Amino acid sequence: MTNLVYFSSVSGNTQRFMEKLGRPADRIPLYARDEPLHADEPFVLVVPTYGGGDGNGAVPKQVIRFLNDPANRALIRGVIGAGNTNFGTGYCLAGDIIAAKCAVPHLYRFEVFGTPDDVRAVDEGLDAFWQAQRQRLTA
Amino acid sequence: MTLTDPVNSAKNDPAHAGKIKLVDHVNAINWNKIQDDKDLEVWNRLVNNFWLPEKVPLSNDIQSWNTLTPEEQQLTMRVFTGLTLLDTIQGTVGAVSLIPDSLTPHEEAVYTNIAFMESVHAKSYSSIFSTLCSTKEIDDAFRWSVENENLQKKASIVMEYYRGDSPLKRKVASTLLESFLFYSGFYLPMYWSSRAKLTNTADLIRLIIRDEAVHGYYIGYKFQRGLELVSEAEREDIKDYTFSLLYELYDNEVQYTQDLYDGVGLTEDVKKFLHYNANKALMNLGYEPMFPKSVTDVNPAILSALSPNADENHDFFSGSGSSYVIGKAVNTEDEDWDF
Repeated sequence: MTNLVYFSSVSGNTQRFMEKLGRPADRIPLYARDEPLHADEPFVLVVPTYGGGDGNGAVPKQVIRFLNDPANRALIRGVIGAGNTNFGTGYCLAGDIIAAKCAVPHLYRFEVFGTPDDVRAVDEGLDAFWQAQRQRLTA
Repeated sequence: MTLTDPVNSAKNDPAHAGKIKLVDHVNAINWNKIQDDKDLEVWNRLVNNFWLPEKVPLSNDIQSWNTLTPEEQQLTMRVFTGLTLLDTIQGTVGAVSLIPDSLTPHEEAVYTNIAFMESVHAKSYSSIFSTLCSTKEIDDAFRWSVENENLQKKASIVMEYYRGDSPLKRKVASTLLESFLFYSGFYLPMYWSSRAKLTNTADLIRLIIRDEAVHGYYIGYKFQRGLELVSEAEREDIKDYTFSLLYELYDNEVQYTQDLYDGVGLTEDVKKFLHYNANKALMNLGYEPMFPKSVTDVNPAILSALSPNADENHDFFSGSGSSYVIGKAVNTEDEDWDF
């Protein structure tokens, strides 16, 4: 099963990328009062960074809340970052931080809500990635 | 043909100035009651990103500046006066003109922050000039900025929309300025930086580029919120308008680029950078990118001068992904996430 978990702020750019991608995906809730999301199978996390600066606060607090749950963290297999190259070293920084902390690959980076080429690359890339994952398990 | 300074002529010529629009009514702003979380988030982001040119050691670039040919120096100064003009427009007119259209009082406050930072940007080019150039060279470059037709036209087109009566069209013009029109200029310091020249100047420009991204993102976001409030017919009209304005600006931008960069043979390279940024400007407004991949393949050296992890080596999917060793999630303590 190919699963995706994503965070998108009220600007909805990452949400829009997910819609274009058209694969089943769960959204991390925006507000603390919302029911927390529990992953029940391995997933790739899609996370935007809208920052720059020294990196403080690069990972959205809702994503931290989600990953603070050890059960969720155990199922993460990769990260896809969204952002803007204008942020320099801060481009997709949340993806870098999560990849390092969870020891999973930062699979892909795209800007704003992604070009059609980005959508295609991620769609094909995820197929290949999950297939490689399955092969590892059965090897 | 008489060319006038578009910023000042708008203020001084009553036939064109119109009435300066102010908000009708002001209530004390309550930051403890937020209608749109994006206002507070962007305010905080802008405040955290605050900087001043005095913090950048520009004088370390004097030696490097002297390795440029006179033609390269003149090009660099012209590019920077062009950017100064755009920042001046955005600080004095553009961001201020958006205030009366705000949907929330916090949005008004964010525009005042944006306006001030644009004035900081405009001033920082003067810091570069005073560090690297003579008074005569500076005067010549500013005279050029008043006399260059394409630069003046670019300014006039945008100013026309800022004076217009459509809040949504103003946001379109503003986002295209923040996310597209600056980039024929931003290209050059990234180019020098990729050749290890004027690297401190490039550091300063990168701070400006970062700010413009937040501005374009925010104004584009507010544009999309505004679009939700109008009829389908009006949405179609605005979309047509956006693309025709982009075409108009693009045509002018290509000529401006040729004017500046033909002499050093970089025009085609700059155009790719223009296409790439036009796409991002459209995306900030919520529209699909227009230019195909074949014309947005920005020189990797420029892209990596902009962002060190933007190149293909960081693309796991299209790289040698199969040989990549995949780790598994390690146990981390909750405190690890408390950034």
